[in-house]
Amino acid sequence: MDIKDIIKPENVVYSKTPVLSDAIMHYCPGCTHGVVHKVIAEVIEEMGIQDKTIGISPVGCAVFAYNYLNIDWEQAAHGRAPALATATKRLNPDKYVFTYQGDGDLASIGTAEVMHACNRGENIVIVFINNAIYGMTGGQMAPTTLLGQVTATTPYGRDAKLNGYPLKITELLAQLEGTCYVTRQSAQNPASVRKLKKAIRKAFENSMMEKGTSFVEVVGTCNSGWKMSPVKANKWMEENMFPFYPLGDMKDR
Amino acid sequence: MAEKILMKGNEAIAYGAIRCGADGYFGYPITPQSEVMETLMEQKPWETTGMVVLQAESETSSINMVYGGASTGKKVMTSSSSLGISLMAEGLSYLAGAELPCVVVNVMRGGPGLGTIQPSQADYFQAVKGGGHGDYKMIVLAPASAQDMYDYVGLGFDLAFKYRIPAMILSDGVIGQMMEKVEMGEMKPRRTAEQVKAECPWALTGKTPERDRNLITSLALDPNVQERVNIKLQAKYKEIQENEVRYATYLAEDAEYLFVAYGSMSRICEAAVDQAREAGYKVGLLRPITLFPFPEKQIKDMIPQLKGILTVEMSAGQMVEDVRLAVEGRIPVEFYGRMGGIIPSPDEVLDAFVKFFKK
Repeated sequence: MDIKDIIKPENVVYSKTPVLSDAIMHYCPGCTHGVVHKVIAEVIEEMGIQDKTIGISPVGCAVFAYNYLNIDWEQAAHGRAPALATATKRLNPDKYVFTYQGDGDLASIGTAEVMHACNRGENIVIVFINNAIYGMTGGQMAPTTLLGQVTATTPYGRDAKLNGYPLKITELLAQLEGTCYVTRQSAQNPASVRKLKKAIRKAFENSMMEKGTSFVEVVGTCNSGWKMSPVKANKWMEENMFPFYPLGDMKDR
Repeated sequence: MAEKILMKGNEAIAYGAIRCGADGYFGYPITPQSEVMETLMEQKPWETTGMVVLQAESETSSINMVYGGASTGKKVMTSSSSLGISLMAEGLSYLAGAELPCVVVNVMRGGPGLGTIQPSQADYFQAVKGGGHGDYKMIVLAPASAQDMYDYVGLGFDLAFKYRIPAMILSDGVIGQMMEKVEMGEMKPRRTAEQVKAECPWALTGKTPERDRNLITSLALDPNVQERVNIKLQAKYKEIQENEVRYATYLAEDAEYLFVAYGSMSRICEAAVDQAREAGYKVGLLRPITLFPFPEKQIKDMIPQLKGILTVEMSAGQMVEDVRLAVEGRIPVEFYGRMGGIIPSPDEVLDAFVKFFKK
């Protein structure tokens, strides 16, 4: 059989959502960002809300998220995305507003903004990528870096005495009255990606129900920063990250 | 004639915002400007015009809320005082870089540091020369009365949207706290979603099949692109310098000496001009209303009739640098100022004038 006989519309088992642009991603091979972008794009397409969605990109590797999702975007100052999202949503309640932030952006410099946006119960979606390292600046310690983990600024491993402890910000945010849905997911295999998609869809749906803030953490890999192959990084994540950052819903109401 | 109501300058900002059709205010309490948000909360405009009012967790957050709201083409604003504006500096640079319109009010108090809650004009450099990083400017309006506070909110939004630039109202504790009669203009409705889409094609209103996605950013990693951004911004600032200078004069036509002062200091200098005239000195006043764009040409044009200029500020001497740049050493430019929250009296200003020019 010739390949031309196989490539036919009736044989299509998968096609890229048009919400995902054709731009070539700058992410390293094995990085979690690309998968999470695709999941969000698919949710936007399936919900039919491309014309009603405003994304807010962070400072960090995902600063260029706006090149990959074909929606209206704001690019925020480091850590401030939840403040932008607050005003964007309050002034445009008919829009689905989400922030996309990494661990340095959200859990270090932007701690105040995320805490208060969640505490006010802003009707927004916050997608938090936790790969325990600063990727964009070249692999420095993040607030979520594990004890003992080697980074550019913890060359002998993170030491609690010197660097403090890894911050479980998602557990903190789950305590706040303003959050309605707080979950921790991952994206390293088909089963986890399917779960993640359900979580992101729920979060987007929540944002139109005036229930409060939906917060989806995705534990991911930074194999370049971790200096591991993609396969090894996934294994390291499962063995080291998941025990400290256990997956699952923390709050759903 | 419209009714005149007695109110503080800070309250006039709040009424000016509601009545010019502002969509949102985001602020954080700080003396001496807290009445702005207090008045808005008391007026509850969300029940009448639909204006959003929110107390943020910090000035940092306030200015970033302004960035988020302005990205969607809405008329949004914040207010603060000196040290709060310092915290907003990063956001102001982002707003300028992303070419977002907004109004930011600074009711100045004495610094540096935590300083004092008494009035000052020591943030001129911060407002006019930068404050945040990078080559950027804001339109800076200097009110001298509660009426100006009311009027400049609407004017600020008009200019901000005309040029896609942040507009700052650079006020001080005197103007903010002083009670004066204010004539409130006609109530302007907030723009509809359709009007925003038509007036602000760049705004984030949701990507429809009819248009490409809109992006609000100040990021350009490629230096060639970033330089083009800067060249475009500089061209815009030049256009503003050419078209938007605003100033007022008092007894300047036959003046041999000129006081140059802005904001509350211009009111005090007006009284000093009267005293000088009584004493037989031909003194006039030039009050810059826009600090950027600065009335450089207007000062230059007066040089042939003048023997000297006295710039008076509640600072160590900041605007005087721009006066000297305009004068280019052709006549003496002297400076008198008080700092740290002290307000000079008309007598003091006249004494300084006599000391510099008549002894």
